[in-house]
Amino acid sequence: MNQRAQSQPTPPGLLARAWDSDFLWSFRHSPVAILSSLVALTLIAAAVLAPVIAPQNPFDPAQLDLMDGLTPPMTPNEVTGRTFLLGTDPQGRDMYSAILYGARISLLVGFASVVFSMVVGITLGLAAGYLGGRVEALIMRIADIQLSFPAILVALLVFGIFRGVVPPAQQEAATLWVLILAIGLSNWAQYARTVRATTMVEKSKVYVDAARLIGLKPFVVMIKHVLPNVMGPVLVIATINLALAIIEEATLSFLGVGMPPTQPSLGTLIRIGQQFLFSGEWWILFSPGLALVLLALSINLLGDWLRDVLNPRLR
Amino acid sequence: MSQFVLAVDDLVKHFVAKRSAFGRSLATVKAVDGVSFTLRPGETLALVGESGCGKSTVGRLVMRLIEPTAGRIVLDGEDVTALGETAFRPFRRKVQLIFQDPFASLNPRMTVGEILSEPLMLHDIVPARERRRRVGELLQMVGLQPSHAARYPHEFSGGQRQRIVIARALAVEPRIVICDEPVSALDVSIRAQILNLLKELQARLGLAYVFISHDLSVVKHIADRIAVMYLGRIVETGRADEVFATPRHPYTRALLSAIPVASPEARRERRILEGDVPSPLDPPPGCHLHTRCPYAAEICQTQRPALDDDGAGHATACHFWPTLPEQRDILPAEGKIDPRLERLFGAFAGTEA
Repeated sequence: MNQRAQSQPTPPGLLARAWDSDFLWSFRHSPVAILSSLVALTLIAAAVLAPVIAPQNPFDPAQLDLMDGLTPPMTPNEVTGRTFLLGTDPQGRDMYSAILYGARISLLVGFASVVFSMVVGITLGLAAGYLGGRVEALIMRIADIQLSFPAILVALLVFGIFRGVVPPAQQEAATLWVLILAIGLSNWAQYARTVRATTMVEKSKVYVDAARLIGLKPFVVMIKHVLPNVMGPVLVIATINLALAIIEEATLSFLGVGMPPTQPSLGTLIRIGQQFLFSGEWWILFSPGLALVLLALSINLLGDWLRDVLNPRLR
Repeated sequence: MSQFVLAVDDLVKHFVAKRSAFGRSLATVKAVDGVSFTLRPGETLALVGESGCGKSTVGRLVMRLIEPTAGRIVLDGEDVTALGETAFRPFRRKVQLIFQDPFASLNPRMTVGEILSEPLMLHDIVPARERRRRVGELLQMVGLQPSHAARYPHEFSGGQRQRIVIARALAVEPRIVICDEPVSALDVSIRAQILNLLKELQARLGLAYVFISHDLSVVKHIADRIAVMYLGRIVETGRADEVFATPRHPYTRALLSAIPVASPEARRERRILEGDVPSPLDPPPGCHLHTRCPYAAEICQTQRPALDDDGAGHATACHFWPTLPEQRDILPAEGKIDPRLERLFGAFAGTEA
């Protein structure tokens, strides 16, 4: 900053300006947005801080005591006398800790796969929309084919290939990354479609011509001028897809192709709990299920709110 | 050739309007069909014509936003028609474009400072530490404050935005500025300000303008020379005062007689052409105007009239222009206009006319 900036009346600070922006105004005036972001943030914070706040490490067999198995919530175990907030599973794993660690995996897979499919989708969509012609035809046909399969089927396919290619000894360690890859690959087409459509709209706007006129290379025009203007709709899809990706991970784990029982995600916990539902041990299914619903619902509601705020037609 | 900063020779642009299933073109629009003109340093050439006549396409062709089908573009003595995007880049410093719509031509996510520094950075016009100062200078040059650099385009009015667009065009220190309907999207009360700004900048910086417009009252104000276009061709060109005083082509006459005049008593011959502009997909053969021209004869239906220069720079593309009845009172002489009305109009337009 130089003297010129100082001689001007000081503009309101960045925080004050942000507080007054349309975006935060609408946030402050939407109870649903506030509540759902509170729930989502609490769950995310709990998941991130799991190693600090969880009473035990559910991934460490040494900390588990089989005698604690199948303790109902809030009641002392008949043999060991220990009490667990949300009960235990058959291995004596504390459900509360398992849910915290499970949500950690679910969120990690969700975020990473969304970022992965966003990067792939935005790159391909931008290329298709800006370059047009054969590139566009090729990319969009692949996207069309991809979209005609259910996402879960694509993910299962990726998993099947993984099981066939990777030796069983290394499978457990790599499962997390394959999950991210599988879910990411099953969702990129949506981003590509949206980005392509928005790019085509933005590309025809005069400011893109103006950028070309001063001599910017097409690639720079694409990154510097078109990309920032297509990010709005992408962020909306990303939020809603985050919830979808978490559910997809849970589905895969529930089907038994996702996280192994030694490192359970929410889906794995539900799969384990489902076996005990009719024998009276309801808590093993109930609490991870509730956590999953709360997580997905709050993120979805946030996404809905974001879509309404960023949609110029609803303003 | 070097007396001209810009010379356009027989420029042609065909757009494919319809393709067969195999990508072969079935129908083409001859948006620009053999247009030639020259531009001297510091001069304003107005391209006028109704919408769809190809005048904006000419501007976009010169800027290389689209590739010409045929013809030559000579910038500052160098033929740039065949240059690729990279080879043409240095020439982007010489010629710039001002767009019609100031609301669409500024990136909504960049501050004015970023918008103006971009060309400075790209062409390395001023060293990095002086960029801020130069942006301030550019803003002052177009009548804005240096402090406006921190703002976003949506914080400005249409007229102010057009000033920013002008500042961006001037950032590369061009010799030629193509003004594509620079005031038609603006409020009438702002137009005169922007036109005067353009005139003032021309005098100060020695800019040459290609002024594309459908608004003859604006053109009259700013143009040194004028080229009238109809369906992709220039039908008449010459010094602006001459064309306005003694229009020769029937189309020019019709166009001029449509200018509203600030005098209810002015007696003028209105030359209203009948019918609509023919489809550019299938323009009439010969002289494009023959379907609507009151003087059309048989030759007009078969032979395209050449742009016939009278030796003094006033050229007309009409087979019969020397024999057409003279017409001098299409625009009433200045004295005939009611001075009170003129003052009233002046108050609205803010011009010195």
